[in-house]
Amino acid sequence: MGELDRLAMYTQMVRIRQYESRIMQEYHADKSPAWDIGAGLIPGEMHLAAGQEPAAVGVCAHLKKGDAITAPHRPHHFALAHGVDMNKMTAEIYGRTGGLCKGKGGHMHLFDPENHFSCSGIIAQGLPVACGQALAFQRKGTDNVAIAVTGEGAANQGAFHESLNLAAVWDLPVIFVIEDNDWAISVPKDASTAGASNADRAAGYGMPGVRVEDNDVEAMYEAAGAAIDRARAGDGPSLIEIHTLRLFGHFEGDAQAYRPELATVNERDPIPKYAATLQELGELTDDQIASIQADADAEVDAAIEFAKASPEPAPEDALLHVFA
Amino acid sequence: MSTTTETRRITTAKAMAEGIGLEMQRDPNVFVMGEDVGAYGGIFGSTTDLFGEFGADRVIDTPISETGFIGAGIGAAVEGLRPVVELMFVDFYGVCMDQISNHMAKIHYESGGNVKVPMVLMTATGGGYSDAAQHSQCLWGTFAHLPGMKVVVPSNPYDAKGLMISAIQDDNPVMYMFHKGGQGLVWMEKNPRSIGEVPEESYTVPIGKAAIAKEGSDVTIVTLSLSVQHSLDVAEELEAEGISVEVVDLRSLVPLDKETVLESVGKTGRVLVVDEDYKSFGLTGEIAAIIAETDPGLLKKPFSRLAVPDVPIPYARPMEYGILPTRDKIKAAVKDLMA
Ligand SMILES: Cc1ncc(C[n+]2csc(CCOP(=O)(O)OP(=O)(O)O)c2C)c(N)n1
Ligand SMILES: [Mg+2]
Repeated sequence: MGELDRLAMYTQMVRIRQYESRIMQEYHADKSPAWDIGAGLIPGEMHLAAGQEPAAVGVCAHLKKGDAITAPHRPHHFALAHGVDMNKMTAEIYGRTGGLCKGKGGHMHLFDPENHFSCSGIIAQGLPVACGQALAFQRKGTDNVAIAVTGEGAANQGAFHESLNLAAVWDLPVIFVIEDNDWAISVPKDASTAGASNADRAAGYGMPGVRVEDNDVEAMYEAAGAAIDRARAGDGPSLIEIHTLRLFGHFEGDAQAYRPELATVNERDPIPKYAATLQELGELTDDQIASIQADADAEVDAAIEFAKASPEPAPEDALLHVFA
Repeated sequence: MSTTTETRRITTAKAMAEGIGLEMQRDPNVFVMGEDVGAYGGIFGSTTDLFGEFGADRVIDTPISETGFIGAGIGAAVEGLRPVVELMFVDFYGVCMDQISNHMAKIHYESGGNVKVPMVLMTATGGGYSDAAQHSQCLWGTFAHLPGMKVVVPSNPYDAKGLMISAIQDDNPVMYMFHKGGQGLVWMEKNPRSIGEVPEESYTVPIGKAAIAKEGSDVTIVTLSLSVQHSLDVAEELEAEGISVEVVDLRSLVPLDKETVLESVGKTGRVLVVDEDYKSFGLTGEIAAIIAETDPGLLKKPFSRLAVPDVPIPYARPMEYGILPTRDKIKAAVKDLMA
């Protein structure tokens, strides 16, 4: 495990938050007066990960070149923390030819082979793929690892359980990361999941399972470090569930009428909390907070400009890329 | 029927939910389950207000476990209940197709007719709003291809309610495939045809009977679901240009109302099949085969079809609209037939 770099983790969280906040603004900017999901510069479903930064940042702080991630429908935080190019990712979200996937994929289908990053909009279906990437690393004899990310709702899908078993029985270098944000769209965890912690389920597959409470980025960093070291050493898979926070709706446009704890969501925001912790430790000044925010603003604005300047695909481009 | 009930206009989504609600009132064996069908009312409104009326005992939010809860629907149906189960998007069929195809659809046959599976599996289909390759498919041809399940594809609020009631009362498994763009949702662009007159009382629309959505004499458009709405728009425009288009709304793929199709084609001698599903090995080819098997001489002009050209649905709008059967493309195809 490397050295804990608090300032770097804080900076990465701010960068991701700025991204999600600006994408939210951009997404809604041209959908009025009659809000239409298919209209505007960014059409389609949009699942933002604001509040869930600690999950991605705590894990990705340990990753190196060649490590893989499969993310679910809510992928931006893991993509950015793993080094996916912000410009190309943004252009993809805008459906432009300069995007990661030339406008074919959109926000739920970001593919960046350079960083071994992908995501899928079908619940839990990235997990078997992560197992396969881990299998490839094992067979090639590298010490790379695969990170399989899902929400807590996905832990009730068959592919989740098949993947845990496969990873354990083959000792695969894969780390299952479950983001427990309490909700699967409108369904609370306790209404869908037997057992309070998915970390306990790891025992059934003979792998270590850790539950990280309080959306704590440093605790996540510790847990992920141990799991990744173990996988790199050839000792097999682990599972980490982090209790995190869905700061926004399930998707943009979700009125969240089903959500009784909505009023306290902002109080639970992990970023001001972490800033306060670092200030208490004397590791973060007011000036640094301002300059980190300013850098994030500038980077995200530049990415959005890049996206908007990239050409739109032509209708007939739809016919390309069915086969290699 | 009073005047007020005749003029009441509601969305397709509301009409579906109303059909389910009436059956729940009539028959205590009817219940609903699926993801976000409870307090949320279904992501596409198919269970609007049912949770408030019937409560969590009969409108059940499930875990994200489609194999589990669709299979549970089958088991409940086998024991005599009448479950209405929702698969949120048809695109998620991949995680539960064994229950659907090998169990729901085959049990009656395998049991020599001794075991019935009276369940409805309703699911959202279709694109047009940049939801990309995993959330925009129609796939009704895939289900229609597999024997043992009826496949219902409503195009408007009136049919949505009547077909839902028929589906729940049917002793067979019924795939009820509704188009997101035809639901009349406030948050999605919609055709005014997604809101229409619907009687408040219970009524059925028979499964297996196509409708002549508009009469015409020059060209027949055979179509289904949201493409019916587009085709009617085009037919009305072309009327002004002196082309008389007949629009056949199939309303169900299984059973398929061949007679109505053949009768219309026999009358006009020209046919265009419009389908938002993939082109090859699907509905468009099936209609061509039925015409060819019956009498190729019915056609004065070569058979014509418009469908998604065998590519996954792309995200960016210019590409997506490049492959969807839009009004412009339907119009051009009809004009080609008349040239
Ligand atoms: C197989 C499948 N079923 C259902 C869905 C629809 N769906 C998309 S996100 C979601 C909820 C996911 O909840 P969770 O796994 O907790 O992730 P979160 O959205 O909270 O990040 C559902 C049901 C889907 N995409 N795939
Ligand atoms: Mg969740």
